[in-house]
Amino acid sequence: MHFKSVVVSNLEISPGYRRIRLTAPRGIMEAKPGQFVMVKVRDGVDPLLRRPFCIYDVGTFSLEYPDTPRRYYLEILYKVVGKGTSILSYLHERDSVDILAPLGNGFTIGEPGEEKLLVGGGFGLAPLYFLARRLVDASPVKVFIGGRRKEDVLCVTEFEQLGIDTYVATDDGTLGARGLVTEVLEEHLSLEGKRRAVFACGPEPMLRAVARMCAKYGIRCQVAVEATMACGLGACLGCVVKGASHDEKAPDYRCVCKEGPVFDTTELLWDEAVNEVRP
Amino acid sequence: MRKPDLSVNLAGITLRNPVMTASGTFGYGEEFSEYLDLEKIGAIITKGLSLRPRAGNPMPRIVETPGGMLNAIGLQNVGIDAFIEKKVPFLRTISTPVIVNFFGNTVEEYADLAARLDAVPEVAGVEVNISCPNVKHGGIVFGTDPKAASSVVGAVRRATTKPLIVKLSPNVTDIVEMAQACAEAGADVLSLINTITGMAIDLKSRRPALANVTGGLSGPAVKPVALRMVWQVSRAVKLPVIGIGGIATATDALEFLVAGATAVQVGTANFMAPDASQRIAEDMERYLRENGIADVKELIGSLRV
Repeated sequence: MHFKSVVVSNLEISPGYRRIRLTAPRGIMEAKPGQFVMVKVRDGVDPLLRRPFCIYDVGTFSLEYPDTPRRYYLEILYKVVGKGTSILSYLHERDSVDILAPLGNGFTIGEPGEEKLLVGGGFGLAPLYFLARRLVDASPVKVFIGGRRKEDVLCVTEFEQLGIDTYVATDDGTLGARGLVTEVLEEHLSLEGKRRAVFACGPEPMLRAVARMCAKYGIRCQVAVEATMACGLGACLGCVVKGASHDEKAPDYRCVCKEGPVFDTTELLWDEAVNEVRP
Repeated sequence: MRKPDLSVNLAGITLRNPVMTASGTFGYGEEFSEYLDLEKIGAIITKGLSLRPRAGNPMPRIVETPGGMLNAIGLQNVGIDAFIEKKVPFLRTISTPVIVNFFGNTVEEYADLAARLDAVPEVAGVEVNISCPNVKHGGIVFGTDPKAASSVVGAVRRATTKPLIVKLSPNVTDIVEMAQACAEAGADVLSLINTITGMAIDLKSRRPALANVTGGLSGPAVKPVALRMVWQVSRAVKLPVIGIGGIATATDALEFLVAGATAVQVGTANFMAPDASQRIAEDMERYLRENGIADVKELIGSLRV
């Protein structure tokens, strides 16, 4: 879908991180966790390109007048990192943006019986909250949230409100365990017994650690990866990452917007920087 | 007034309006079909094809710059076999002319590809890329030397009966000299400009923003350069010219026509809005109606110097 959208709310949820609610057509309710949107934050040529964001949530709301129809929204969780997100952060209620959505492939949910372990760092929590809402009624879910400092730990309350066990780690120990979230994850991966699946989104080093860990324990892992994009439709081929069989002589590039942004970790190459994102 | 006539003719290809999509910015058409009516634009030019599939350059491949973007995709494409097998079936379902952009490493490869495409009835015409700046043998060697350009265009001319468009590089001292060489070698139409070589640096890391170090600049930032070159070429060479470079609105497109272009290609604007080309064509029609211009061809080369 391609639609004009109106800002419903745009709140700071932690220093430098915000959540924006945007009106959307009814079709947004078909969006799958892991899919993304391309947002033109304002008209004109500055900034020129749309910015990609994973969908944090979709739903319905009513205006505060009697007898108004229910409306549909999508939410984006974002960090202010550059020009596009900076402009987005200044938008107020009733400001408008232009959106392409939903795009790309979502997470494969898997079997209800398995334990779902969600691992996120920073604004990588965005697609995981949407995923958790879809998973929680049918499957046991645990979420592992990492950040450099406590300000970078997002959505703990939101996950707890879904009744999900939440584990937190920060590099400096200002919230939860001191250390890497992947260390906390490994304690749970190494437990005997249950069938498990892992879903991760966050900084590239975290994804690499999760991918290796899941390979070690033989657990299926899907990741949502980030990339600089121009079109979001699979046409420009600007947003590639290295596939599992990649080497310099026989390059294997996967297009994030069309083949991803969700990949099984076995599809990608993890022995070096998979993705370089510049704000 | 009556509906204005927007149609133009490019070496036998009739376009319902002068707005085409530029190679590399519109995939193979199908990617955009959900977002616009492909029957409302003049022509589709598909992503540059090579004989064999190409994986493209390392990433990062794109970076936004003021009023534009740099790309160094590296001509990633599916190759001609997969194009014919997987992309042509969709293109067969639309009536809009499909023009195939292609490139080779050698003169022989250019000729081979031209001959293969000549046998594909869905292909209305070909656009020879002698101007990609991002690969060592992706055309720019042919696009900056008039003799080399002439040998490629001549070989393609002998290999195809289809309308032959040659896409020129702006990365030359004298664009007119290149245009004349291509015209003499048998081009039917000239399209210009391809991207302008540029670069961007990330100061924090002191690294180039693109893995390829340099890339091709496109978008509104290049429009004045493109307009100048279209004007120079269209008054020096008798062939029809397709204007390309930073076209994001109908006003931009009409300016190219006034400068001498018979048609235009919309490129980077497809990334800003996937329906940009359709919107430009519609706005162009509105402009003609509002200004009492019965035929868009009246505007071509109407610059008052």
